[in-house]
Amino acid sequence: MTTEEMIAARRAEPWREALRKSKKNKERADIPRVKMNELDPEYRSHTRLEEVNLGLTKEQAMQEAQRCLDCPNPTCMQGCPVSINIPTFIKNVERGEFLEAAKVLKETSALPAVCGRVCPQEKQCESKCIHLKMGKEAVAIGYLERFAADYERESGNISVPEIAEKKDIKIAVIGSGPAGLSFAGDMAKRGYDVTVFEALHEIGGVLKYGIPEFRLPNKIVDVEIDGLRKMGVHFFSNCIVGKTISYEDLHAEGFKGVFVASGAGLPNFMNIPGENLVGVMSSNEYLTRVNLMDAANPESDTPVLQGKKVAVIGGGNTAMDSVRTARRLGAERAIIVYRRSEDEMPARLEEVKHAKEEGVEFMTLHNPVEYIGDDKGCVKQMKLQRMQLGEPDASGRRSPVPVEGAIETIDVDEVIVSVGVSPNPLVPRAFEGLEVSRKGTIVVNEESMKSALGDVYAGGDIVRGGATVILAMGDGRRAAAAMDADLQSL
Amino acid sequence: MNKIVSKEHFSANVVKLEVEAPLIARSRKAGHFVIVKVGEKGERIPLTIAGADTEKGTITLVIQTVGGSSRKICDLNVGDYITDLVGPLGQATHVEKVGTVVCAGGGVGVAPLLPIVEAFHKAGNRVIVVLAARTKDLVILEEQMRANADEVIIMTDDGSYGAKGLVTNGVESVINREKVDMCVTIGPAVMMKFVSALTKKYEIPTVASLNTIMVDGTGMCGACRITVGGKTKFVCVDGPEFDAHQVDFDEMIMRLGAYRNIEKK
Repeated sequence: MTTEEMIAARRAEPWREALRKSKKNKERADIPRVKMNELDPEYRSHTRLEEVNLGLTKEQAMQEAQRCLDCPNPTCMQGCPVSINIPTFIKNVERGEFLEAAKVLKETSALPAVCGRVCPQEKQCESKCIHLKMGKEAVAIGYLERFAADYERESGNISVPEIAEKKDIKIAVIGSGPAGLSFAGDMAKRGYDVTVFEALHEIGGVLKYGIPEFRLPNKIVDVEIDGLRKMGVHFFSNCIVGKTISYEDLHAEGFKGVFVASGAGLPNFMNIPGENLVGVMSSNEYLTRVNLMDAANPESDTPVLQGKKVAVIGGGNTAMDSVRTARRLGAERAIIVYRRSEDEMPARLEEVKHAKEEGVEFMTLHNPVEYIGDDKGCVKQMKLQRMQLGEPDASGRRSPVPVEGAIETIDVDEVIVSVGVSPNPLVPRAFEGLEVSRKGTIVVNEESMKSALGDVYAGGDIVRGGATVILAMGDGRRAAAAMDADLQSL
Repeated sequence: MNKIVSKEHFSANVVKLEVEAPLIARSRKAGHFVIVKVGEKGERIPLTIAGADTEKGTITLVIQTVGGSSRKICDLNVGDYITDLVGPLGQATHVEKVGTVVCAGGGVGVAPLLPIVEAFHKAGNRVIVVLAARTKDLVILEEQMRANADEVIIMTDDGSYGAKGLVTNGVESVINREKVDMCVTIGPAVMMKFVSALTKKYEIPTVASLNTIMVDGTGMCGACRITVGGKTKFVCVDGPEFDAHQVDFDEMIMRLGAYRNIEKK
């Protein structure tokens, strides 16, 4: 059955037809989009561990689900990198079959509770919702995904996807971030014997060290990882492929395929004067200390600087996570410094809104040119160059150009540099014969995610540079499909 | 895994641990380090591998108590486990036959110097080791060094053992009497700075193994970054060894003090 046929068959089920007929499209379209319940901004800007978004109630979810028109040709699905069967899960929410809805999510997504929280839906599934064409707000697909996944987790009735007959073929995954987990889930479902190797002491990659608790609680990530364990996936932490064990070792151990999902862990710096002063750090360092090492907790041995005047350089999700974390760790001034205007910011709209509500200052069209230190080498000020928008560059975004002579100096005691990441070089250096781009990404076939080494596939940030959780998961799915097909044809 | 199979006190504050880690024992080379974490809420700290036994599947770590996290490791006993141990990390020492190599170590830096001394000696070099310590009781690994070097010179600050003076005095005495082709130094940052300044004067190529603050140890965060020849480098992936004459030691010393005020006891 093709995907189209499957969508049509599911849509034709009697319960679904009845549900569609129970309400006119006009009525459905007139229901206003649900508002997510969230913690009070003043309260939450001081609480480090509580999640800001509180999720939908059953009633809210069922009402929001009614807004979905159950389109015969659901364009929303084209906007989802892992092709979740969106109308099917939403209609299950509408009829109150929440566990059934969660099962539909798990058919194609290894981490629905994660994606419902961190995907930029406004650029993906929700950007393709039919409502937008009619001048209405999109169905809150992300909220509903989160609702169904949370409902299932809290019900204590977590389903384990059906596993194909065991194939007794060993597959190695390098890196336990979103790309690796998505790949591992898909391959386990196909019956492969999957082992995930992780360099850090915790499983989850950026979901653990990067995205903060107030946006994605670690215990939710752990439940989804446990789901993979129940599907038979093995996890091996504190093991660096390319260092602890080699590519050849994997062959000697009988692994028939390798999926490299080692991410873009290498933080970029701007190479401006004073960047190595004490108090200037990458957002990776800052977030790893706070999220992975729990450094703000007095019980933890890891220290973290808790500045009062904190500047975060950049406009992506990582910058928003850093600045909101700084606020929660006691910063009186927490400032986003971004060289373009707010329209060009790559961060999720919701994170920008939340940051503003929590008292974060935005200095857009500013770019640091120098950091100034005190006699102990600690940062005390930064020089900012005012920018204006010039002509569009190759990427289509208007490029920022300095306004001659417009330089201001502001006091800071901590600077967090969040200007992107580069691919981690460990695997490219250790695997002889891999084709690597000038930027250090692994070169793969875009369809199959297959690299120049026959048994090595790669996906996520090690292929894309810094991108998003859901794109990484989409890569994992495609690589799994391609590797499975290749191994079957042997 | 990571079970402690033997423990020895070198001095009141310096402990040698032999830890089960078969994969690391097999793949490590001179110059490599590991990241160690003790306890659920423990900190990740870097320790250079001082030796390995591939048959027993163990690696040797030498740790000096300098703060809360190193004390936690030093307090572990035979039969205890290190919660997390990952490696080998960093670039291995580049070893080749160059002629006469002076290896200058101070404090616990002497421990990671041992595998480097062994490797250079095996590669057919004349190896002279200069060991420095504040006082006689703090001199470690003297015998093992003697077994792997052509000569060992001991320097103590107070003259209680060997010659009186600093590591630089010992190194200079060798330079004054014979041709030195290369110098390797590991120890406190200040010591490496002065060894580097000395050998620069004599234009002797010098390698220093740097011990900066680290978090992940895999190039992910940049906590360990330093300036080498005007460029920012990450000690954990580009190092830990660098051309000492290119290293900005003053900046490195400044960065080592980053958490002095908020370090957890």
